[in-house]
Amino acid sequence: MKPALILGAALCLAALTAALLSLVWTPHDVTQMAIAQRLQPPSLAHWAGTDHFGRDIASMLMAGARTSLAVALVAVGIGMGLGVPLGLTAAARRGAWADELIMRGNDLIFAFPSLVIAILITAVFGPSATNAIIAIGIFNIPVFARVARAGALSLWTLDYIRAAQVAGKGRARISAEHILPNIANLLIVQGTIQFSLGILAEAGLSYVGLGAQPPIPSWGRMLAEAQTMVTLAPHVALAPGLAIVATVLGLNLLGDGLRDALDPRLRGRLA
Amino acid sequence: MTRYLINRALSLATSLIVASLVIFAMIEVIPGDPASYMLGLNASPDTVAALRDTLGLNQSLPARYLSWLGGMLRGDFGISYTYKVPVADLVADRLAVSLPLAALALALSTALALPTGLVAAARRGRATDAAVIGATQLGIAVPNFWFAMLLVLVFAVQWRLFPAGGFPGWADPLAGLRALTLPAVALALPQAAILARVLRSALIETMGQDYIRTARAKGLSQGRALTRHAFRNALIPVLTILGMQFSFLLAGAIIIENVFYLPGLGRLIFQAITQRDLIVVESVVMILVLAVILVTFLTDLAYAAIDPRLRHRA
Repeated sequence: MKPALILGAALCLAALTAALLSLVWTPHDVTQMAIAQRLQPPSLAHWAGTDHFGRDIASMLMAGARTSLAVALVAVGIGMGLGVPLGLTAAARRGAWADELIMRGNDLIFAFPSLVIAILITAVFGPSATNAIIAIGIFNIPVFARVARAGALSLWTLDYIRAAQVAGKGRARISAEHILPNIANLLIVQGTIQFSLGILAEAGLSYVGLGAQPPIPSWGRMLAEAQTMVTLAPHVALAPGLAIVATVLGLNLLGDGLRDALDPRLRGRLA
Repeated sequence: MTRYLINRALSLATSLIVASLVIFAMIEVIPGDPASYMLGLNASPDTVAALRDTLGLNQSLPARYLSWLGGMLRGDFGISYTYKVPVADLVADRLAVSLPLAALALALSTALALPTGLVAAARRGRATDAAVIGATQLGIAVPNFWFAMLLVLVFAVQWRLFPAGGFPGWADPLAGLRALTLPAVALALPQAAILARVLRSALIETMGQDYIRTARAKGLSQGRALTRHAFRNALIPVLTILGMQFSFLLAGAIIIENVFYLPGLGRLIFQAITQRDLIVVESVVMILVLAVILVTFLTDLAYAAIDPRLRHRA
């Protein structure tokens, strides 16, 4: 096991634990304001200090982890759930109109600047975590469709797939029973990458006020609120930023490590 | 080559038409109708009716779509509802900030990434390489708006080297450039990290090819083989990323402009969203999409110029 992979897994686990733990326990109530206690530096009572309303930053970070991870996870789920079947279908019908249609549709989505469209979606349908998920998720679909198609195409030429065809299995059944398990590695690695991009995208959308709305805590909005305080109390801006960096870094290290571990040919070549 | 060009041009046109349809449709599905959405709940029916008339909402959907499209082709993007000036003028003003910002960021990230990627590839597996990989991992994980806040804290608040925000205009070019420096650095650094990684792995990939071994066998040093043969061939993936980066830079600029209070397209779009000025939102989004699709098209053409094999594949 490489140290980078272990570090990545540890960082991801820390974020996940914080998010899950926040469901049942946080050091303080995340919505509890105490103006007298505002902008306190880190102390024993408040590990990461307090914000301009006197709320406990550590507690908000934990609850924010829940929002970030949930949004990114569902967005990856949308991308996988729709993209993988599309990619598999395109590969199974290689060169036919279905393949053409799916791949051209993919190119089209790729051509759109994702954040601009996400902004348009949230502007039209109103800012909320759900709309942020949809906006991020849509752009995950073509990514997974491409990865699934590319992986599946090379498998379709192999003998055991031909044998399955001769044995009378349909294309859909072959895709589900033989192709999908063999491209699972690729999909998992891509999943961690999209997951980390999703976290960054969610933070960006929340930062400009188009993501999760108050009182739901979110790392991006914590940064937006910290912006005017940053000169008075830098810790207010440091903590949520570090949380984002640690989580994204963890996911990227995990993804790279998994890719190397699953495909020895790539070891050390791509970083 | 002609066939390749025709193919690419056709897909460019299709993308633009679909993009315009999607944007038009999204504005159409706004609850109620655009006029009452823009005026809010307390508007009198007369005002709404008047705005409906100005917006041409009484025409049929296809007629409105065609007139919007036709207008844009003539450079007429409509009149902003809140600013009461042509959207084209507003956009032109804002582009004077956004374009230099994107260009500066792109130049910075390329200037930083190319040497870094080259050095890392040349020193593959050694301490320098490991340091570059570590730094780029970090660079990719840092959200640019947070990085921007840190830059402001250090270079504007602590050391007072650069302004913390705002834009003085181009009357004094040096002051304008100073105002764009921190935003450009904030935008460029994460992009430079991605670019350096792509260049490094592309170089390492090409260095494993037979023709590089031949060049080395003929007595070329590792460094010369890298710069003379591998670099040019590694440019294709780098070009892909550069093309994509333009799209990221545009999107990133939208957020960064908000951090630094720069009067660019990004702030325009947010102001328009909060003021419910749909005419501006619709047009600015279309312009941004057009820019990204055009850059993708140009990147495709650049590939064909660099790699003759691609011309025949399409």
